[in-house]
Parts: sequence; structure tokens; C-alpha cells
Amino acid sequence: MGLLYGLIAVGLALIFGLMDVVNFAHGEFLMIAMYATFFLFAFFALDPLLSAPLVAAALFIFGAVVYLLIVRFAVRAKANTGMVQIFSTFGLAVLMRGVAQYFFTPDYRSIPHSWLGGKTISIAGIYLPQPQLIGALIAIAAFAGLYFFIHRTDFGRALEATREDAGAVALVGIDKNKVFALGWGLGAALVGLAGAVMAIFFYVFPDVGASFATIAYVTVALGGFGSVFGAFAGGIVVGLVEAITTLILPPSLKTVGIYGVYLLVVFVRPRGLFGSI
Amino acid sequence: MDKAFIQRRRRDLVVAAFLTAIAAVVPMFVKDVYVQNIMVLTLMYGALSQSWNILSGYCGQISLGHALYFGLGAYTTAILFTKFGVLPWFGMLSGGVLSAIIAMALGYPCFRLGGHYFVIATIVIAEITLLLFHNWDWAGAALGIDIPVRRDSWVTFQFTRSKLPYFYFALALACVAWFVTWWLEDSKWGYWWRAVKDNPIAAESLGVDVFNSKMGAAAVSAFLVAIGGSFYAQFVSYIDPESVMGFQFSLLMALPAVLGGIGTLWGPLLGAAILIPLTELTRSYIGGSGRGVDLIVYGGLIIAISLARPQGLVSLFSRKPKPAANQVREAVAS
Repeated sequence: MGLLYGLIAVGLALIFGLMDVVNFAHGEFLMIAMYATFFLFAFFALDPLLSAPLVAAALFIFGAVVYLLIVRFAVRAKANTGMVQIFSTFGLAVLMRGVAQYFFTPDYRSIPHSWLGGKTISIAGIYLPQPQLIGALIAIAAFAGLYFFIHRTDFGRALEATREDAGAVALVGIDKNKVFALGWGLGAALVGLAGAVMAIFFYVFPDVGASFATIAYVTVALGGFGSVFGAFAGGIVVGLVEAITTLILPPSLKTVGIYGVYLLVVFVRPRGLFGSI
Repeated sequence: MDKAFIQRRRRDLVVAAFLTAIAAVVPMFVKDVYVQNIMVLTLMYGALSQSWNILSGYCGQISLGHALYFGLGAYTTAILFTKFGVLPWFGMLSGGVLSAIIAMALGYPCFRLGGHYFVIATIVIAEITLLLFHNWDWAGAALGIDIPVRRDSWVTFQFTRSKLPYFYFALALACVAWFVTWWLEDSKWGYWWRAVKDNPIAAESLGVDVFNSKMGAAAVSAFLVAIGGSFYAQFVSYIDPESVMGFQFSLLMALPAVLGGIGTLWGPLLGAAILIPLTELTRSYIGGSGRGVDLIVYGGLIIAISLARPQGLVSLFSRKPKPAANQVREAVAS
């Protein structure tokens, strides 16, 4: 489960950490991705595993459009940039929840049967649910890919450079908006992937994103902003802590452990585990 | 002292007195209970947002966890009243003091955090408390506390037949929050806070006690918000963890200030006067369908306003200061 949190958090880590923009609609991105997966299944009987790339591609476009239509202007605001970012993306979250309620109704939906749903696999005597396992593998692959992408490709370097100094970057001929739009697209695509996997074993409803989003913020901050590896480590920590808290506390308190660990970590290391900013 | 500044502050005071007087007579003409209800909520959120603005607007420490203090105020009052028979007025005061103490205790580790780390810490702390209250049987757990109805009087601060007393209390609360802000704006603390917000390192080097000024702002802010929470508990006479400590309260305190103008004297009240009636009206007129149209309108408006007026709606009222270059040119010409 920790790696799944990690997977949800990677996309956020990219947007949040690397571009220093808080996307308060991150949970709603996840929700949209889950609905997309659900409807692809309901209308075309497409298994979530097959639709995952499609959903990721759709979310890529969605993320880029959101950047170009909203976030671009929020970042440019002359006063209170931080607040404008928080509240414009928060407004977007409310809007998306409303739209989802309008078109999809507040009913809980789930994908009744898929290739992996409800199946378990036994490794050395331990039974693991297959969807979670696949999710974990996808998460590892996504992290590795993103790490490589940020540190080894021109685009990744351009992204990081743009965050550090947009003015200087413009001088060497990099279009800030293009880089950031692609970055947002990529972040959203990763959430799309997470949503497709989540839809296999979790209910889909308009407010589904909210609970996961808070954990995703905590995961990213726990690992430290500006660090992809940090988000990965954060995801694992969060998963472990959750597993341990459910053993010792009633299930309704399971997130208390996660939040508590976050506070402990930042009180000792104010920049998270591996943070650079 | 700058003469224009003193004049502006005097004018603010006069305008405030004038607005209060108008607000005080409005209920004599508006008898509709539904509208009165909206007015009470508007004033309450105005007061809450004004208090939030002290820590987050003036001192620049953006908190999205103020629901914690709101809930503490509500719970202290309700628990003291139902379990120990303590009158709400004392409950209100103890809730405020308790919140201020807790705000400082939490501020001690939290104020070392910067930026997003701080914001997330505030959210997380409020969430933890919410979950703890959910599981705390003695305090009603998820079922909450029903405040027993006694007779209507100012002593028990309960009025079942009329909303007017609540209205006047909310008005008084808004006035107090406004006046505290007005008074602090020109005090030593007010200048420290703005210095801390703009550049904490420079402020520290000039001898501002950054840490303690954040603590002061947190205490004042939490105290006032808790009073608001106590009031709310009396007003709705039923509380449960979600309805007084939920994340939406943290947002509803922050939004009016952001909308109206963060870190300004009039911003929070102006923002509340627009946002709260809008929220209530969209909810009751188009939200009844349960299909989320109210959310669409609400979300769309938040995006539009925050993008179009990043400095807040209050900037519409202020005359634009001339650019410095023009002033120099005029000075040279004359």
C-alpha cells in the first residue's frame, strides 16, 4: 500500500516539489482518472490494466490544459503568489468535485470483476493481493523512470533549471510555459496511472480524492520537496507506518500514525528526509 | 508619524462605527429568519477570518488548521456546560485561553518550519485532533454533543425563539475582531508582524524577536477563533467533530480574507460579506438538486476571483498610488 501512496505522490512530487506549486486539486485528478478507468470498463469492457496507458495519456492532456488555463496565471500573479496558487487550485478542486457530482452522481461505483481484482498471489508463503502488487511494481517503475528523466534528459534539466531561475532560463531559449505545461502533464499522467490501478480495488465516488490527497501531500513533504527519491522513500515510510498503526490502534485512527510521523520528522528535520528546498 | 496614515486610521474608525450602526438596525427591517441566519453566519465568518488574518495575513504564517481552535472553543464550551454545568460565558473564555495556550505550545515546534512544510503541519495537526475527538467517547465521539435546551436568556446564552441575540453577539464579535486588528496594526506587534512576513531574516537582524512575534500572533488569533467556535456551538446547539473541526472550517476562515485582501484591515469582512451569502444562496437555491451545481459555481468563482484580483477585492476601493517615477517627475517639474 505504501508504494501506492508513493505512486499517487510521485505526480504530486513532480508538480509540488519540482515546480514549487501546490496543486490542491491533486486528489481530484486522481478521482477523474478513476472515473475514466471505470467508464472505459463499463462501456468498452476494457480492463484497467489495458486502459491505464489511455487514462495516463488523457490525464497528461488534462494536466497541461489546467496549467495553461489556470496555473500559468496564478504563478504570474504579482501579489500573494503563494495564496493565489493555493486558492486557485483549491477552487479547481471544488469545481471538479461539483462537475463529477453533476455528471456521474454521488453514487459509489466499483469495477466488479477484472483480471486482477480480488486475486492473490503467494510469494514464500505470504499472500499478497495482486492489484496492490502490480501497483507497487508500476510505482517502482514510475519512480525509476522519473528519476532517470529528471536527472538524465534535457527536458528534466530544463524543468529543474526553470524552477530555479525562470529569467535566466528564458535567456538561453527555453520557453517556461512549455516546460511547465509538459511538467504538469507528466505529473497528471502519473496520477492517471495511479488512478487506473486504484480503480481495480477501490470505490469510485466524487470525493474519493480528498482522503488520498492529504496523505499524498504528507508523503511528498515527508520525503522533502524537490526530491523524487524523497517522495519514494516517503511513500514507503507512510505505508509501513500505516501498517504498524493498524496493528496497535483502532482502524479509524490509522492516519493519525502517518500524520504523527510527519510531524516528528519535520520537527527534527525541517526540510523533510531528503528535501533540498 | 505619517499624517496621511493617521488620517486613514481615523477614517477607518469612523467608517467602522458607521457600518456597525447600520448593521445594528438592519434586523429591525429584515424579519425573515432565513436571511437573519445568513447575516449571523456572515458576521461570524467575518470575525473568524479577521482573526485568521492576524496570524496568516499580517504575520504571514499561512495556517490551514484553524478549525482546530474553532473546534476547541466549541467543545470546551459544550463539555463544560453539559458535564459540569458551567455557563457558556465562562466556557467561552476558558475555550479561548485554552486555544491560545495550545496555539503557543504547537507554535513552539511548528514555527521553525517554513513554507509548505508549515502549511501541511497545520493541516495535519487539525486532522489528528479531529480523529482523536472522533474516537474520544467521553467527549461524545462521532455522535457529538447535544447541548440541552434550557430557558431563553442571556445567562445561558440560549435563544430558541429568536435569532436576534445571536445576531448582536456575532456583530459584537466582528467588531471586537476588527478593533483588535485595527489596534494591533499600529502597535509594535503589528510592525513586527509585517516585518516578519516580508523578510524574517532581515527583521531578525534588526532586532525583531521573530519567534515570539509569531507566538503572539498565534495566541491572539487562536483566542478569537475559539470565541467564534464557542459562539457557533451555542448557535447551532449541536456539535460533532466533523461539524466544528472539519477541514472546511479552516478553508472558510481563510477564503474570505484571501478574497477580500489578505493582510488588510477590511479584506476579511468584505470577503465574508460576499462569500458567505453567496455560499448559502447557491446551496439553498441550486444546491437542492444534490447534483453539485453549487460546487461548480462556488469553485469557478474562487478561481476567477483569485486569478483576477490576487491582492484582494479591497484593492478596488483604494486609490492607486502613483508610480514613484511619476512623483519624481512631478516634483522636478514643479
